Amino acid sequence: MLVYLIRRLVNVAVLLLVVSVITFGIFFMVPKLTGSDPALLYVGKIADKVAVEGIRHKMGLDKPIAEQYLLFLKGLFVGRDYSQGTDITHCSAPCFGYSFKTEQEVWPVLLDRLPVTLSLAAGASVIWLVVGTGTGIISALRKGSVVDRATMMTALAGVSLPIYFTGLLSLSIFVHVLGWLPNDYVNFTDNPLEWARNLILPWITLAFLYAATYARLTRATLLEVLNEDYIRTARAKGLKESKVIGKHALRSTLTPILTVFGLDIGALIGGAVLTETTFNLRGLGYEAVQAISQSDLPVILGVTLFAAFFVIMANLVVDLLYAVVDPRVRLG
Amino acid sequence: MSKLSKTSAVPDMVPEPRRPDDAPPQFLSVRDLKVHFPTDDGVVKSVDGLSFDLEKGKTLGIVGESGSGKSVTSLSILGLHRTGSRSRNARISGEIWLDGEELLSADAARVRELRGQKMAMIFQDPLTAMHPYFSVGQQIIEAYRVHHPEAGKKEARKRTIEMLDRVGIPQPDRRVDDHPHQFSGGMRQRAMIAMALVNDPSLLIADEPTTALDVTVQAQILDLIRDLQKEFGSAVIIITHDLGVVAELADDILVMYGGKCIEKGSAEAIFERPEHPYTWGLLGSMPRLDRERADRLNPVKGSPPSLINVPSGCAFHPRCPYADLTEGASRTVVPVLSEVGSRHFAACHLGQADRERIWTEEIAPNL
Repeated sequence: MLVYLIRRLVNVAVLLLVVSVITFGIFFMVPKLTGSDPALLYVGKIADKVAVEGIRHKMGLDKPIAEQYLLFLKGLFVGRDYSQGTDITHCSAPCFGYSFKTEQEVWPVLLDRLPVTLSLAAGASVIWLVVGTGTGIISALRKGSVVDRATMMTALAGVSLPIYFTGLLSLSIFVHVLGWLPNDYVNFTDNPLEWARNLILPWITLAFLYAATYARLTRATLLEVLNEDYIRTARAKGLKESKVIGKHALRSTLTPILTVFGLDIGALIGGAVLTETTFNLRGLGYEAVQAISQSDLPVILGVTLFAAFFVIMANLVVDLLYAVVDPRVRLG
Repeated sequence: MSKLSKTSAVPDMVPEPRRPDDAPPQFLSVRDLKVHFPTDDGVVKSVDGLSFDLEKGKTLGIVGESGSGKSVTSLSILGLHRTGSRSRNARISGEIWLDGEELLSADAARVRELRGQKMAMIFQDPLTAMHPYFSVGQQIIEAYRVHHPEAGKKEARKRTIEMLDRVGIPQPDRRVDDHPHQFSGGMRQRAMIAMALVNDPSLLIADEPTTALDVTVQAQILDLIRDLQKEFGSAVIIITHDLGVVAELADDILVMYGGKCIEKGSAEAIFERPEHPYTWGLLGSMPRLDRERADRLNPVKGSPPSLINVPSGCAFHPRCPYADLTEGASRTVVPVLSEVGSRHFAACHLGQADRERIWTEEIAPNL
């Protein structure tokens, strides 16, 4: 078990390294190939040659790409100094470099954005898990009924309607027309109630999308499980139907849902781009959009690595949990 | 979810009904059982008018091809014919009397209480029939505690280990915590038997109990079932397509074809002097190693009948080599079970003389 864990963690490190090489390669090689210049992007439009060269030297952009990458990597772990003569700027670990546009360090910006995204993901995931699996179970047990058909129609709508439609619609109704809900992010630590009040709309909008998928998945899985031989065995024992479903069938149904949930939540913490943009939430997804629209390479690189980290970690957690849920899975 | 599972450990105590005066004297008595499943294509008549009796301590072998209705019969005795995706709207009629109680008209809660306690079942594939996420012990303990709500966990565990020991699981106190996938196929079937017998059922139904097992293990499992039957004195129904299995175990044999009983009688009668051409075919289809390779297997020609459009008259007539001898009756008239010997019944239009001649001249010499 411990050996397995260590091996997986080494895997995680290698995977992150690969992701960093690829993203670094893309973001710093591509500008070169297309003729644009990272140094120019730092300095801005009205740049004189001396300033550009100065920045190029200070940021290490005049070095070979491999060395640049190693410096970047070093910065992540031990921090790094950018120097130009006597002008030394220290960037402490983990150093993702400086934003082209704001000239701020990237890492503090990421940390600043993270709570917003976490808040969004946490609230939405609770809602979609409860609502999605709940309606999925009811649908499966009442297969073919009015409830089932209504739920599946709603779920189809949920899967099909894009966030920027449902989001904007709910924003305009509940915030702008009715004025029932505010739409400003408040820190959880400042005021939990306001935090929830401000996030309830994005939560529901995002959860609607996911709940739809989960309802369909739960329904399909449970229907399949109910046809398993071991469910018949449970009934043949004389168990009550509530126990046949609640204990034997649900246990098997929830396993695949756990897998999907792990992946979804990992991806979501990497940034819910559409929801954050629609609701003007300054999270990681919002930051990513801003950075992309401004060709702010260090920020894009930072967000990408950050997101990759969460996806990979979520995967690891799912695999570990799987061994707990399914005794047939042996780690090692 | 937790709320759901908490309540079910204690079964409803449904009062045991008084034995009605018109109850048949036999321990198990099935009367004109019909199980029909309406589908989009038509009504599937899985079981169509089946009757048989079984006494305690006796074994009945129900034999037939896939789709002949044998499994549906066993499931409906346990009241489980409605489970499964397409069978929710199953229509069932007739009577199933178990020890003086009619099950088809009984309260669902009462049938559930009997299930696993008075009547238990062993299924075909022990790997898929056990829940992969729970240990073997947990599953047997659960089966015990449903019907012994007063029993503590320790007592149930002790009982489970005893049962595992009884069915021949080595080191039962250790293996009790293993999961099904850690057992071999034969051990899984032994564990299934332990689960079925944990409440001392007086009726045990084994649905193809050896089909999914290695040949070497099959005989062991059959021996085990026979030993346990002697020990517990229960009535046993063995459902199989393998005449070798019933030859080993059964006192009586019932041959099913197209949802109906076409021949039934004592095992001796069926093996020594079968009366129905389909039974001849089944006997003739047992592999013979003492022959030339090409002659070793002689299957019954044709395929099992559709249960939606059952052939007119005798359902077997399209495959019956002797249908022409009945002057067309096979094609138009459904044959009824009639006594052809002592406690021996067959449903066939062939005359007694014809059957006698065909058996002695054509069938017996080639068996």
